[in-house]
Order: sequence, then C-alpha cells, then structure tokens
Amino acid sequence: MTLPPDKPATPANTKRRRFVQGLAAGGVLAANPGWLQAAMQDSTLLGTAPVLSGTEIDLVIAQTAVNFTGRPRMATTINGSVPGPTLRLREGDEVTIRVTNQLAKPTSIHWHGILLPYQMDGVPGISYAGIMPGETFVYRFKLQQSGTYWYHSHSGFQEMLGMYGVLIIEPRDGERIQSDRQHVVTLSDWTDQAPMHAFSKLKIQSDLYNFNQPTFFDFTRDVSSMGFKAALEKREMWNEMRMTPTDLGDLSSVTLTYLMNGTTPAGNWTGLFKPGETVRLRFVNAASNTFYDVRIPGLKMTVVQADGQDVEPVSIDEFRFGPAQTYDVLVEPDAEAYTIFAQSMERTGYARGTLATAGGLSAAIPALDAVEWLTMGDMMGEMGHDGMNNAEMDHSTMNHGAETAAEMDHSTMNHGAETAAKMDHSTMNHGAETAAKMDHSTHGGMAMDHSNPSNPNPLAKPSQTVRHASSEYSPYVDMRVNMPRTNLDDPGVGLRNNGRRVLTLADLKSVNGVITDWRPPAREIELHLTGNMERYSWSFDGLEFGKSTPVTLRQGERVRIILQNDTMMTHPMHLHGMWSELETAEGELLVRLHTIPVQPAQRISFLTTPEDFGRWAWHCHLLFHMDAGMFREVVVS
Amino acid sequence: MQGGRAPADARDPNAYADGNTLTEGAYARPGLRELKLADEHFFWVVLADRFEYQEGNDSLAYDVQGWFGSTFNRFVVKAEGDIEDDRLQENQLDLLWGHAISAYFDSQLGVRLDQYNEGDNRQWLAVGVQGLVPYWFELDVTGYVGDRGRTALGIEAEYELLLTQRLILQPRAELNLYGKDDPENGIGNGLSDLSLGLRLRYEIRRQFAPYVGVQWSKAYGDTADFIRADGGDISDTELVAGLRFWF
Repeated sequence: MTLPPDKPATPANTKRRRFVQGLAAGGVLAANPGWLQAAMQDSTLLGTAPVLSGTEIDLVIAQTAVNFTGRPRMATTINGSVPGPTLRLREGDEVTIRVTNQLAKPTSIHWHGILLPYQMDGVPGISYAGIMPGETFVYRFKLQQSGTYWYHSHSGFQEMLGMYGVLIIEPRDGERIQSDRQHVVTLSDWTDQAPMHAFSKLKIQSDLYNFNQPTFFDFTRDVSSMGFKAALEKREMWNEMRMTPTDLGDLSSVTLTYLMNGTTPAGNWTGLFKPGETVRLRFVNAASNTFYDVRIPGLKMTVVQADGQDVEPVSIDEFRFGPAQTYDVLVEPDAEAYTIFAQSMERTGYARGTLATAGGLSAAIPALDAVEWLTMGDMMGEMGHDGMNNAEMDHSTMNHGAETAAEMDHSTMNHGAETAAKMDHSTMNHGAETAAKMDHSTHGGMAMDHSNPSNPNPLAKPSQTVRHASSEYSPYVDMRVNMPRTNLDDPGVGLRNNGRRVLTLADLKSVNGVITDWRPPAREIELHLTGNMERYSWSFDGLEFGKSTPVTLRQGERVRIILQNDTMMTHPMHLHGMWSELETAEGELLVRLHTIPVQPAQRISFLTTPEDFGRWAWHCHLLFHMDAGMFREVVVS
Repeated sequence: MQGGRAPADARDPNAYADGNTLTEGAYARPGLRELKLADEHFFWVVLADRFEYQEGNDSLAYDVQGWFGSTFNRFVVKAEGDIEDDRLQENQLDLLWGHAISAYFDSQLGVRLDQYNEGDNRQWLAVGVQGLVPYWFELDVTGYVGDRGRTALGIEAEYELLLTQRLILQPRAELNLYGKDDPENGIGNGLSDLSLGLRLRYEIRRQFAPYVGVQWSKAYGDTADFIRADGGDISDTELVAGLRFWF
C-alpha cells in the first residue's frame, strides 16, 4: 500500500492516488451559510481554521458537506469548518461558551486537558447528559492554565467526522516563549466510511486495513538472506502467539485520508514566514486513530511545550505523537520552502504541508519510511532483550541512540533478583546520561530516599513487581507481559536507528514551577492496558468499560498510577480532570502531561493530585480503542 | 504470556473502586447508565468462505457462516451444502450459541439439521470448538449426537498463506466420522470422507475475492461401499471457481 510519493500519476492509479493524496481543494464545500462566511473572514490562509477570541464564544454543531477524496460526504462540524474554529482565550478569564446542537442526535464538547469543574468537562453520561438536539448548553469556567490545547466531541464517533478544534490559552502575564510568528498545525484523519461501519469491520476481521502483512515471499527472501532456520525463528514467536509483527495501526490509508489543518496532502496547506524569523508551530494531533511521525527536513525543531505545558527546550529532528497530544516547537527557517512531513505510524500515508516565504511554493516530499516489524522487546519487554533467540531484533531495540539505555536494560535484567536498592545503584553507575542529569536537578525538591537510606520510603520509586489482575486471565486478553520495559528513551517502533534525533519521553522535562506538588505519593495504583486484537477488544485489566468499576481517588491526595501495556500497540492514555505527571522508573518526576503514550510491553508511571471533585473519564485516545472499551471512570471524592 | 489461570494472589481488578460503580456512589448520574460504548453493541457478519462452481459434477457448493452478537457471546449459523441439477442435494445447517472460552477459541453449542434430497433428514445436538491455533490454523471441531444412538464428528482446518497482500492461497481439509451406519443417507461408520482443497483467491477488496482451486475428496469404509454399490466413484477431483465474500 505504500505509494511512492514521487511517482507520477498514471491513468491506472489516478483514482487511488487521488484517494490517498486527497483533493487539492478538498474540505468544506461552498455554499456555506452567511454567518459562517463572516466567521471565515478571520482566516488568514487557505485551510486555516477561523479564529474566535474573547470571553463569550458561540459554537454551532451541524452537518456540513465536505469532499476530501472526490466523494462528497457529510461531516459533523463546529461552526461549519473542519477543523472547527481556533479558540484564542486568556489565562485567568472566566469564559462563557454556548454550544448549540443543530444535529438530529445528542452532541458534546470536551475541553481536552483543561482543569475545570467536572460538570463542564463535556463527557455525556459522566459529566452531564450531553447536548440534546436543538438545545444550547452553556459552558462556563475559569481558565487556570495557558498553552496549546484542543477541544472535540465526546459523543460516539463525532470527533472522527470532523468535530475538533484547537484551543489556545494565552498566558495572563504575557507570552514566555518568544517568537516572531505562530502557526497552528492540526493533524487529523478522515474516512469516507461511516465510522461505526469501519469499526464493525475490525470486529469481524481485525487485520482488514493492514496491507503490510508478512507474506510468503518475504519469507523466501529471508530464507535466502539469513537462512531457513533463522527465517523460521524470526517468525516463530509471532506465529505461536497468533500476532502480526506489522500490527502498527488498526486503520490505514486504505480508508483514511491524512489532513493537515483540514487540508489534504495534495492541497498543501502553507504557513508563511519571513527568512530569519523564529516561527512557533503549535502541533496538535486531533486524529481519531493515527499516530504521526512529524519532521521538517532541513530544519531543527526546538520543543518548548508538551501538552500545553512549558518544557526545557530540546532540539530534535522528529517527534512522534498520538491522538490528543500536542507539541509546540520553534523553528528558524531561512530557505524558501520546507515540507512539514507527518507520516502515519503504520507507514501507509502522510499529511503534508509547507512552510514557505510565499504561497504556491513547495519543497521535496520525502518517501515514506519502510515498515519495520515490532521487536521482541515490543512484545515481551525486558524478556525480549534477553532470552529470545533473534539477535538482530534485540539489536534494533537496543541500539536506538542512548547506549546507556542498553546498559540499563542489562543491569536491570541481570540483577533482577537483587534488592531494589542495588538495582538502583547499578543503574546510576552505568549512568544513563539523562537520568543522571535529572537526578541532580530535581534532587533537592524531591525528598528522595537517597538522603535517608536507613529509612527508605517504599513508594519513592514505582513498584517493579508486575501484578496482573485476575480478570486478565480471560478471553478478553491475548497477551500478558511479565517483564515489562521501563526505559522512557525509546522513540518506538519505526523510529529507532533512523539517523534522526527523535524526541522521546525521557527528553521531556517540565521547566521549574510547572510541577507544584513535590510530595511523594501516598499510595500506588496499578492498571494494565489490555486487549485481544483478533477479537478487536480493548480494555483496562481485561475489563471492557461496561464490565468495569470506577477508580476512586481522594481529592488532594498525591497518588501514583502505574500503567503497564500488555498489548502490542501504543496507547495514548488521557486522564480527564487532572494532570498526569510522568516519572522515571527511578521515581524522578519529569514532565506534566495530559496524555501519555504507553508503548507495547512498557510499564510507565505518573503521579497526580486530583483537585476537582466529580466523575471523570480515563481512556485510550485512539478513538476505536476507547469505544471498544479501553475506558474507565475515575471518581474524585 | 498467553492463557492460563489466574493465580490465587492475582490483583483484584475492582480493588480501586472503593464501593463506587458506574451507576452508584459519589457523583454518579441518576437513573440508568447513559454511557454505552461499542463493547455493549451487537455486531453481525455473513461470510461465504466457499461459494463455488464445481466443474466435474456440474454443481454449486456453498459454505456460509454468519454470526450475530457481542465479542463474547454470539448466535452462529453455519450452512454447508450443494446444489446439483437445480436441486438442493444436501444441506447441513448448524444453529449454535458461540461463547468465548479463551483468547482465540469459542465453544459452540446447538443443533445441526441435515437435509437430503434423496434420503432421510437427520437432527443432531452439536458441541464443538472453533478458533485459531498457533501458526494461524483455523480449526473447527464439532461432535454430534443424534437419535437412535447416532454420533458424528466433523473436523475442518484452514490456513491462509499470503503470497502477496491480496493474493492468498488457502489450503483446506475437512473430514467426517460417524459412529454408526446410516444406509438411508449412504453414510458408513468410522472415517466416512476426507476432502482436501487448495484455493487461490485475489482480494479485490478484503471483502470480495474471486478464486480458483482444486478439491480432492475420497470416501472410506462403509461409505465407500455404499457409493460403489450405487455405481459411483469413491474418489473425486474437482476444479472449482468461486467467490469468497463477506458483508
């Protein structure tokens, strides 16, 4: 399915090409109502969402005709555009947002990553009843934060049908991040299918959209290059476990068209700059089901915010982000044109746009990277590094840049039976550079156990003991990981060893003052991310939402949440209503996020302090995983 | 790790609920639960795994399976038979309740109704399993108990070899065993018949794939004797052409 992007369109593939590339002028069809035309005048560039600002905002949800692929379809839109309007609000303001439902069915809007009273959070059935047809719901809340966020429907699959927009909250005391110009870059995906139809097909045949599966001729090629035995061994574990090493995404360009600011690759959304300017790009992944790997060939990106929160600047070539994550980066372009290239994680297509000094320019579009197999490390965590027979696979996992990470893995593995304190030592001595650095910088504030070795706090570090839930031993779960990996410096499958500096979670560090609660956790909650790919079932602890019970937290408590991924896919986990403050396996706080991507066979932990009472949603932000049941309620009481 | 039983000290998945449920406890919305996701939806499919013309005996054969239900409990219908000379010669209809018993296997419990153009119809109780064994073999094993002490066992296995992403070779084996002679229907006890097929399909779309293939089948034991007595061939090789589709 990978179509070389530079291949000229021939009559034979024109139709297919148009589907993947999209219509150049795709998007919302003309003949929009007058009020919308007025709103659109704010738009400065083709494909850029209109901007609304102030403290009083009116949003109208309706069906709007769109055409991204050559086939007209009805989208579910906010104020008639895809994406919906960009809201520019101000920290400290109390805002009133009136949302009117002109659909024939209930709708909702959730303000992603925003701290607010739970009745304003916008999840039907949890925060409120939803917004009924013909009704107007008035959201009113005070903005206690600043940064780049987004908002979207939390009803059914409306988000997938176009109901999302960007939310920018300007800092009350002025912008901390200096730039000469800003662009919002919203990445999303579109399908011409009715979303429930696309979903039901996965329920029937879960590899339906995967056209990068291992074939017989891949096998014969491996036999000639590595020998019969090695070729068999490479496949042994996958075949035994009935899993696909290229199961990188549930959907693909077979059904998705990838969009940048609501514009197809052929449409080439363009953001302007003047040479010498520092340009701030606010990247928002508003896709329903797509992880994007984003880079701008020829430009270094300096990441300055993650999920709307300031981080210590880190210079990179590329980052991966999943649905609901946001990154703000600074770039300093000086040539005429640069391609913003966002290939989908399963490598079947890309969203693309251009940064240019004038409209109509473009730069070379890179080819899609080759599809890489998931590794034994992705499947079995640490065990995959050690016991398994495929040396080549292990290498690809370990070699991804930070040599120290490999060392760390070894030390953890080899000394697995020793005491926790010793493990800690061996890790420190081997000196994962980043870990060591963080240690120094955060030591003072953290009241760590090192200062008082005679009486170590048992919760100073996240528990390493894997505790599977009894409900994981069931048909809902096709795999359990017994020795998860805990390192955060892995960019993930398809990005290891690609010669580019790729952002990892280990690179993210909140600037001073962002994280305010430095108490150690008083208790620990462990939950596993689970699934059964063959049945297309997704869950926490093997319990789909309908069979689950809420997780109950106490208001104001400092609590550690461990998420262990017992599946083969990466899950962007979003906990509503409170921050998720990611820590290392050593218990060092790194960064405040609202959505944490958890890689296959990875065990991560974060701390949170629930401030607002009520019921909240907690789920995987791959929309199909969420709807399949990887969803929990959280009660703060 | 896959499968297995939960150890006694496995973590309680409701340990963090503190008495709250989705409908009761602090801040729960009044009334019935409003939020229902796809895990509580019903889905359905009709899959014609084989729907084909068999050249040698100039007949149409079908093997269709459908289900309706949730991920874990399903009403399953299987129909297999052939049409010759414009007449339904034989039809085996299984009506089953499918229930997930492991990550890759469902148990199936129900009835089987056999219909013959020439012969006596039979009814059976059916108990079986269907699923995916390691190395991706699809397996369907069902035991049957009929009236007057009749018993039967049907075994089907399939494999899908991807030559390319769309060109797929499907080897298939099916065998039937019976506990007792059924002369009215020309069935003998023991191994009654075995068929091996090889079908090459091209998935124009995943849901729509024309195919060509060859099927070899042979009757054994008393079944073979019944066929010989009737003047038929106990072994048969057929070229087939058909359509695999689901919706």
